[in-house]
Amino acid sequence: MTALLEIGSVGRAFGGVYAVRDVSMAVAEGETRAVIGPNGAGKSTLLNLVSGHLVPDHGTVVYGTGDGARRIDRLAPHARARLGIAVVFQAARLFRGMTALENVMVGAHARTRHGFLAATLRLPRHRREEAAIRADALAALDRVGLRDWAHRSAEALPLGQQRSLQVARALCARPRLLLLDEPASGLRAAEREALARLLEGLRGEGMTMVLVEHDVAFVARLADRVGVLDLGRLIAEGTPDEIRADPAVVSAYLGAEPTP
Amino acid sequence: MSAFVQYLISGIAVGCGFALLAGGLVTIHRVTRVVNFAQGMFAVVGGMTAGSLLARGLPHGAAEAAAVAVTGAVGLAVGLAATGRRGTDARAALIVTLGVGFLAYAVEIMIWGDGPRSHEGIGGAVTLAGAHIQKQSFLVIGVTAAVFALLALFFGRTYLGKALSACASNPYAARAVGIDVVRMGLVAFALGGALGGIAGVLLVPLQPVSYDSDVLLITNGFAAAVLGGLDRPGVALAGALTLGVAEAMVAGYGEASYQTVVALGLMLAIMTWRASRRSALQEEAAR
Repeated sequence: MTALLEIGSVGRAFGGVYAVRDVSMAVAEGETRAVIGPNGAGKSTLLNLVSGHLVPDHGTVVYGTGDGARRIDRLAPHARARLGIAVVFQAARLFRGMTALENVMVGAHARTRHGFLAATLRLPRHRREEAAIRADALAALDRVGLRDWAHRSAEALPLGQQRSLQVARALCARPRLLLLDEPASGLRAAEREALARLLEGLRGEGMTMVLVEHDVAFVARLADRVGVLDLGRLIAEGTPDEIRADPAVVSAYLGAEPTP
Repeated sequence: MSAFVQYLISGIAVGCGFALLAGGLVTIHRVTRVVNFAQGMFAVVGGMTAGSLLARGLPHGAAEAAAVAVTGAVGLAVGLAATGRRGTDARAALIVTLGVGFLAYAVEIMIWGDGPRSHEGIGGAVTLAGAHIQKQSFLVIGVTAAVFALLALFFGRTYLGKALSACASNPYAARAVGIDVVRMGLVAFALGGALGGIAGVLLVPLQPVSYDSDVLLITNGFAAAVLGGLDRPGVALAGALTLGVAEAMVAGYGEASYQTVVALGLMLAIMTWRASRRSALQEEAAR
């Protein structure tokens, strides 16, 4: 398997304290990779270093396969999005004042090529593109179970569905690499199950995913491989079964969450 | 009756000028969350540039178009100064636009002097219901209608317009879906500059402008724009027309020097009323 994403000993400090320290990780094309760890382990920071919302102090992030592989660690987030990287944030980062459908349609921005003039004058070329994106957005909404909400306001959605809407927005970009930041947090049992099924479906289609998660049980059923972060360092890497048997992981988790 | 019609139409024409200015404010605020206090300056520069080009023998149409192109470029420059650095806070950018506006005074005085200037628009007048109305008024109204139709279409109906709005709504997520937020902001500033320029070239034949006319223009434009929370072009248009007509009536039947007081009073009332509601500015602060 060739690597689609190769993180090479990246580090990022905030005020002299390292949130991520010398982490290296290779994610193969089509793989579902989970990154777990206790709170404050640096999981979200690592994800932001890949999405571009943070720039590493040192180290490299290489994205792409074969001749298409290139360093992306200095690129702005929007440029990375145009290379096929999509993100689902933990917080509900939606576009307020727009309908659910419009939110998802904006998600396709990374793969559109249109001019302001064509858009304002509603030239045929632009109308065709818009119709195609609308169809894609409706399909994405359907997939996350929000088809009925399409023309309603996005911010009025319950929290769980706001997460689903973000997934639909990311899917509308037809990403090559999907980054998910604690997608199951704050969800009720039924919502978690629906999300897990959705991610399993994407995995079956060969989508490459990096999934940052607090909940070990949730990732065990989804991930091909799991990386474990603790205090900004990668302390273990392997299949879910290997990880559960790893003494370093057990102690990191026990250390972070003392038994009552 | 004829006096009333005359005040009404000239009020609508001046209100259209305010509306174009407010349209620029709304466009820039919708995309960048920056309140651009240099907006009145665009109109002054536009009007004066058109006048100079006409004096050099450029024909009508070409001179005005060139002046609007110039203000578009000035808008881009203001945008670069105010928001060009990634991650500039919208409130800091507001102060930059205020500073640029004052700096422009010096440049304008060096180029055009400190007296009021004017140029010919489309000459002539028509008589309507006994009222004597300049043809230029109808030009202002027609152009404004077209501009606002395009703005409404662009922001409301096209998904590129939605992408522009997304920049202000959630810049973090906008970047993640591939939108170059800084570039979109600069596009908005250039568009705002052009709208200000259009207001300038159309208004100058109706009322002469000097370097400090921007204060009057921005006061009225801002009063109109704030009615729609600085985000809705349609509401801003309605507000601007109301202001224009109210001021024309005050000047016509009362005292001309009270007309700015009307604008300021209305703006204060709206802002006080809006302060009790959840405005776009508060949402920004709450995020």
